[in-house]
Amino acid sequence: MWNRDRWREIFETLRKNKLRASLSSFTIALGIFIFVTLYGFGNGLKNAFQEFFLDDATNTLWIYPAQTTKPFKGFKSRRNIEFKNDDLEDIQTDFSLFVEGVTPRISRGAQVSYNTESNAYTVRAVGPVHQLIEKSLVYAGRYINQIDIEQYSKHAVIGRLVAKDLFKSEDPLGKFVIINDIAFKVVGLFYDQGGDNEERMVYIPYTTQQRLLGGTDRIDQIVLTFRPEIGYNGALQLEANVKRYLKRKHFIDPEDPAGIYVRNVASDLKQNQDFASVLQYIVTFVGMGTLIAGIIGISNIMVYVVRERTKELGIRKAIGATPKSIIGMILHESIFITTIAGYLGLFAGVGTLAMIGDKLEDFFIYNPQIQLGTAIFATFLLIGFGGIAGYIPAKRAARIKPIVALRDE
Amino acid sequence: MIELKDIHKSYNLDSNPLHVLKGINLSVEEGEMVAIMGASGSGKSTMLNILGMLDESDAGTYTLDNNPIVKLNETKAAQYRNKFLGFVFQSFNLISYKTALENVSLPLYYQGLHRKERQTKAKEQLTKVGLGERTHHIPSELSGGEKQRVAIARALVTNPMVLLADEPTGALDTKTSYELMALLQEINEQGKTIVVITHESDIANMCKRIVYLRDGLIVEDKKIKQKKAKDYVE
Repeated sequence: MWNRDRWREIFETLRKNKLRASLSSFTIALGIFIFVTLYGFGNGLKNAFQEFFLDDATNTLWIYPAQTTKPFKGFKSRRNIEFKNDDLEDIQTDFSLFVEGVTPRISRGAQVSYNTESNAYTVRAVGPVHQLIEKSLVYAGRYINQIDIEQYSKHAVIGRLVAKDLFKSEDPLGKFVIINDIAFKVVGLFYDQGGDNEERMVYIPYTTQQRLLGGTDRIDQIVLTFRPEIGYNGALQLEANVKRYLKRKHFIDPEDPAGIYVRNVASDLKQNQDFASVLQYIVTFVGMGTLIAGIIGISNIMVYVVRERTKELGIRKAIGATPKSIIGMILHESIFITTIAGYLGLFAGVGTLAMIGDKLEDFFIYNPQIQLGTAIFATFLLIGFGGIAGYIPAKRAARIKPIVALRDE
Repeated sequence: MIELKDIHKSYNLDSNPLHVLKGINLSVEEGEMVAIMGASGSGKSTMLNILGMLDESDAGTYTLDNNPIVKLNETKAAQYRNKFLGFVFQSFNLISYKTALENVSLPLYYQGLHRKERQTKAKEQLTKVGLGERTHHIPSELSGGEKQRVAIARALVTNPMVLLADEPTGALDTKTSYELMALLQEINEQGKTIVVITHESDIANMCKRIVYLRDGLIVEDKKIKQKKAKDYVE
């Protein structure tokens, strides 16, 4: 079956029937090429979507204290709940299995100035984990770190637009800005893809802010990030547990709907992911459609090829070709062509995607790519169907009686 | 060598059975050169198809060199054709994209011979039919007579028991026809059994025996004094 003579016979046949060979190769190569590029574009669209909608980390819980509405254990209702630093530490230790990091956030408006430039900005007093939550991209210097927290350092990390407003073309790193009459050293600069407002932020250590606010350990809100592995249901569970835990700690009636509010980004995330998977389905559907079209194309060509060769096959049978050898020959030939052409199309498609790269970002196609596995699977699928497409007419041709095949003319 | 006994064959054309062969009895000895003559529709081509195992009879027995040819499956028929028979057709039936040499060596390919051996044998056979110089031409570069010689070489390359020729001169002019018949006679002289189907009496007269067919029956079967085709050439 795999002897050299068979190959020689196939090469000879292909070399001497160039039109036929190139026609079928072209169809197959085109099919794979279109599949790969379309699928890659689809993925690019998905990437664009994710960049848009998943600006902030999605595995976060935002916890706010509020007024109670029910009396409990001797406390009157309408009591204001306050978070303190020990709430942070308790959550960190008691939920360490699920929680990646916890940070407070104390937001205050402030006048920030450098030399003669001055402007009003929001100053957020935070911990190091906050960087992950906002997905702040530090492009110079560093973010607030644990040492800043422990040493109450007067360090500030400022947004790109703050730097632009106050420092113009000067390098802000190591310079001092005045925040509400206190000098802070700029240790880092950041981008944020969430938009201009996010880049008009100033971040300082929360401990420093607490000291400046009069030595308090109050926290406006707590933000925690959980391990993404726990999934949607795990996130809902965690939300309920944290809420119950804090209510017990702050003596709030478990039945009280107020007292503590939790915003769970996981439910938003779920929606986003649903949307992303719909996109994925569409991409897959389009890809499958292209593949099917390619398969039909090959089938047509194979039917045509076999019909065109009916007479030749009749001659071969008359001089001693068995049906098996006829089927084997056609199958061998068609699989050979589909394999070569399939891989040509595959490489052309992958090459095109690589060439496009980020050139189409204006059209919401980010980094179009196809997973190698998907591409190879598609190619093999096409080769397989190319084989089947060749097999059916070949089998029919092998069954035709030689006299019938020889009759025309 | 060939034994046909009470062969019947009908075709169902539009549910209207057409009885083509109505009981053929024929026996051909080794080394004979038989012409089968008849008008079109007399059943001579059907008979050749049955002889050539390209078609099956409905009733009757066919023995080829003591091998009963009955209910052959496709694979077996192909092997028998390859081993026992050589075909020459009116329309040559060469594979158009293969050279003369490749066409002639193709039956040997299906016998599983090695390439070297195939080419040697094919070349030898082409030389025998007088085409030793034109082995690398494809059919469209050859004249009608040359094409038919290639076909004969292809039929003989496996050294079959019987050569079956279906109107071998049908597409050739008279001069070329006679040249071809001279070649066939020469092959016959070397001991090969040949069955020629023709409707031309001058061709039939160059065989050693003529079998007349009419309406699916043999109406006459006579041995004749063979005319030597060589005498008519030039």
